[in-house]
Amino acid sequence: MSVSLLPKAATPFLQFSMALRQAGFLAAPEQSEMFLASVGLLGPTSVLDIRRAAHAVFGPAPERREDFDVVFDSIFLGRSFAAPAEGEPEDVPNAYDGGEFELLPDPDEEEPSGTDATQAERLNQRDLEAEDEDATLRLFAKNAPRALPRRTSRRTRGGKGRLADARRAFHEMLRRDGEIAQLPTRTRRQRQRRVLMLIDVSGSMKAGTDSRLRFAHALVQAGERVEVFTLGTRLTRVTRALKHRNRDQAMTLASGLVADWDGGTRLGEALAVFLSVPRFASFARSALTLIVSDGLERGGPEALVAAMDKLRGLSWSTLWLSPLAADPAFRPDTEAMRLILPIIDEIGDGSSAHTLAHEVISYAKGAR
Amino acid sequence: MPVRQLPAGLNGPQPLAEALHDAQYIASDDLATATFLALSLQKPLLLEGAPGVGKTEAAKALASIMGRELVRLQCYEGIDASAAMYEWNFPRQMLAIRQAGDDYVNLYGDEFLIARPILQALEQPRDRVLLIDEIDRADHEFEAFLLEFLSDFTLSIPERGTLRAPEPPIVILTSNRTRELHEALRRRCVYHWISYPDPALEANIVMMRASTVAQDTAHKVVAAVGQLREQPLAKPPGVAETVEWAEAATLLHEQGATWPRAFARAIGVVLKDQDDLEFMAPQVDALLERVAS
Repeated sequence: MSVSLLPKAATPFLQFSMALRQAGFLAAPEQSEMFLASVGLLGPTSVLDIRRAAHAVFGPAPERREDFDVVFDSIFLGRSFAAPAEGEPEDVPNAYDGGEFELLPDPDEEEPSGTDATQAERLNQRDLEAEDEDATLRLFAKNAPRALPRRTSRRTRGGKGRLADARRAFHEMLRRDGEIAQLPTRTRRQRQRRVLMLIDVSGSMKAGTDSRLRFAHALVQAGERVEVFTLGTRLTRVTRALKHRNRDQAMTLASGLVADWDGGTRLGEALAVFLSVPRFASFARSALTLIVSDGLERGGPEALVAAMDKLRGLSWSTLWLSPLAADPAFRPDTEAMRLILPIIDEIGDGSSAHTLAHEVISYAKGAR
Repeated sequence: MPVRQLPAGLNGPQPLAEALHDAQYIASDDLATATFLALSLQKPLLLEGAPGVGKTEAAKALASIMGRELVRLQCYEGIDASAAMYEWNFPRQMLAIRQAGDDYVNLYGDEFLIARPILQALEQPRDRVLLIDEIDRADHEFEAFLLEFLSDFTLSIPERGTLRAPEPPIVILTSNRTRELHEALRRRCVYHWISYPDPALEANIVMMRASTVAQDTAHKVVAAVGQLREQPLAKPPGVAETVEWAEAATLLHEQGATWPRAFARAIGVVLKDQDDLEFMAPQVDALLERVAS
């Protein structure tokens, strides 16, 4: 339908849909139609009615409601609004991952201590440079779909199994005039387990962060349901960025999202934030959880140990991958690691994409 | 866009809110508007919100004011068509083949078809309200499956052909938002995000749901729960927990417990997670005192 065919009063409603699209909301034509019909039904007595109709029809996610209202005000109340500025990450306290930014507010206190952890929280972007580990990652991508752990599903498929298949038995009877020679059976389907990867991107983990992210990209591409978060002074969900098939593009997107490269470490707190968002915590439920960190924590280890305990309770299996484990003389002898060791299922070498791929595949194979 | 004519007592957000109130459900104006639009435009109503804010209750109240039976489909991971739509009763069909001998028997008659919630709602849309509960628990495949039903309210059974609802049924979907629903699904629905009610509203809900509770108690409980929700808890208390806490504290008070003690002793009905209880234990007394003053 073209704008000129509609009564003049309908113009703002169509402008509204367009403005919504510009502001990054989804506004389908059928929703515009629904919106017009809704306003007609309500016989609006005030702008409030129109706003309610807009909320009901376009359904903005709760954390984007304010942006939505800004667009609404600009069209229906004639208030001008600045182009949606991509402000400081602190301005976007998103506990959910509705928008482009997926950052959580930074807790105020900062506990000094920890050997390698950087004191200052430096927010610096970093070019993620490529390295020659492609061969390993290609091999991983080839093997992972089969090697990643699986669980039985509630769904069934035909095949040798223990469940009687009434549907096929009935059709067999129809074909054979009421006789049945052999009882057809079904078996439970299998589904890949969720994989949750939490990557520490703090200063002490600087060497190899790029390589680890490239592994995360390969993992997201190869697995069915993989979630990746980076932990530093903040918690950032990078899954969506890594879903891009093109690796360079995915890396650029991911490095744009993460604002706390090489900052200080607050692993325990970041994990606690992760667990306190029910939506994120549910990613860990019966998943294979990979934590890539050296475990060098500022302050006492209590928060980290408590968070790991909870994470273990949710996960199917937890695997701690520390770059320090690359050294054959490595002993997990910091206080935090000593306390964590009995909680986790296995500790492995997390220094590069190569070792990560190796650890994940060999663990997944052994665990089945 | 076709519009459903609602009964006189329900035509408009305001009358609808009043009717819901009579059915023991206090709806905010936003919810009443969204519900009215969903009913009138014959679209499914998608309710999202944290656990325990009363999404399922809203559906129950709506069914009761419309004078219809609520058909509930609880979603879970791995739910499939045979649990949601229909299923053939194969054992009965096989028995029928055996018994029929040389006679003709219609193996796809109604007596062999087990109607699951979606088919039930489709068959008698005028008498039923379909509640698809916790859709976020089902997987993407099921969501895609549902999409077909929700867009034109038809269901095809290969042996019987396509069934079409005589009129679009009333459908309510709820989600705890543990995952993002597909855009195509959201787009077809009228949407409402139910947040925790504001203190005045929640106190009203407590008074309505628990008749034994005094007004003063209700306000205190609501204030205390409000403070609990600000804490980083694994399971923040929902509205149902607020009501239960008020009832439990009143009960303990009647048996002789003094006020702050009655609240503290009944804390188990509002915090249902060991870690949360441990976390709050040192603070509970201070919190209750703040609320009492």
